[in-house]
Amino acid sequence: MGIYSVIGKNLTEVRESLFKGRSGIIFDPVRKEMGFRSALTGMVERPSLKGVLDRRMRVGLPIQGEYAYIATLEALKNANIDEQFLGKNNVGILYGNDSSALPVVESVDILRQKKDSMMIGSGYIFQSMNSTVSMNLSVIFKLKGINFTVSGACASGSHAIGIGLLLIQQGLQDIIICGGAQEINPEATASFDALNAFSVRESEPEKASRPFDRDRDGLVPSGGAATVILESYESAIKRGATIYGELLSYGFSSNGEHISLPNVDGPSRAMEMSLKLAGLKAGEIDYINAHATSTSAGDSNEAMAISLLFGRSKPIISSTKSMTGHEMWMGGASEIVYSTLMMNNSFVAPNINFDHPDEFSEPLNIAKTTIEQEINTFLSNSFGFGGTNSSLIVRKFTR
Amino acid sequence: MQNDAVISKINQLLIDEIEIDEDQINPQADLKKDLGIDSLDFVDLFVIIEHNFGFKMKAEELSGIITLQDFYNYIIQRVNPI
Repeated sequence: MGIYSVIGKNLTEVRESLFKGRSGIIFDPVRKEMGFRSALTGMVERPSLKGVLDRRMRVGLPIQGEYAYIATLEALKNANIDEQFLGKNNVGILYGNDSSALPVVESVDILRQKKDSMMIGSGYIFQSMNSTVSMNLSVIFKLKGINFTVSGACASGSHAIGIGLLLIQQGLQDIIICGGAQEINPEATASFDALNAFSVRESEPEKASRPFDRDRDGLVPSGGAATVILESYESAIKRGATIYGELLSYGFSSNGEHISLPNVDGPSRAMEMSLKLAGLKAGEIDYINAHATSTSAGDSNEAMAISLLFGRSKPIISSTKSMTGHEMWMGGASEIVYSTLMMNNSFVAPNINFDHPDEFSEPLNIAKTTIEQEINTFLSNSFGFGGTNSSLIVRKFTR
Repeated sequence: MQNDAVISKINQLLIDEIEIDEDQINPQADLKKDLGIDSLDFVDLFVIIEHNFGFKMKAEELSGIITLQDFYNYIIQRVNPI
């Protein structure tokens, strides 16, 4: 696993932030000047790759690609996979990404100013495409297997991991680099800000993202990248790789209703499918990493769906978005990394800012503070616009 | 701009912007084979030339430009037309 997040630039930093309940949300004055309704955002500094990657590899890499490169370097190192191994084996990549707004805006700005497309340069086309992350990383790491991007709105990273699982289960691939990336810049989120969906608690950035809390007033956009190396059991054992967890199942569904309004049925069916495929009963899930983004409708519908399936067993629940903000295309992958870190370090990160439940979250067992407890199996939800739902179940690995 | 100054500026741009190693710079160097400048780098060179010398190169003008000396000559002729 590897991570480049607003709560830490590697697994060690992120584990500490999760344990301490540290927020990565800031007020960005640039957004206010631009006319944003909310200037809140998750923030992490841009990686410096000059001297690390050659110019040709850098010019086509957008900011979320830079995050993804750093996260993937860490993941490959932890998986004990080096350049030599990648050169000799059929390793693939499936990455979640659903926009690359900044390079589109910048290249069109150049065209409008210069009135000559030849003044745009060579990098923007490779930065602008939705497949930019898988496209670039497959070249940088010289990958020879499956190679495409999964765009499933705010469930992109989760679907990418799920599709990876299916390919490995089919025996078509032994190792796939899976993950999710999300650009952090105003250009990517201006049109989302227009939906009145963002929190405007600008005087208290760290308290703005408050999933399940009665007084939540919207989500906080965020970003970064997270990578997991999916590998067949046989291959991992043969290589003697460190196994961080066993991905048991991928449940998915579509709401079949509204483009932005969530419902209870879709998420319920995704979770049910995941449980069924994993061969588990609801009571065998110790922890749920909720999708809950801190919006009124989203959190309450998910709370109802969870109550429907887990009302009796009452697993511990938290939304790490309370600390990270909504990492959108990245979130489904990063939340697998966050939850796996918790599982392997025997704690549940807090759902910070959960001060007062509402009628929907009140019945749930939500972690207000860090809980030190063993987790053997967790479920991670990711939902997105268009009513796309993904639910992954991961179990602690024991020989 | 004096010819020497043009050449010096081209060399610096190749080092800074295209990240060519300084010790690879020599007038006889083949742009593609020796300096590794590929078709995408040429696209960036069009932008770099416009920013730094104030004129626009065209793709069809590249056909006779093989060595770095050819490139110097082309830029000098555009900057200081006879």
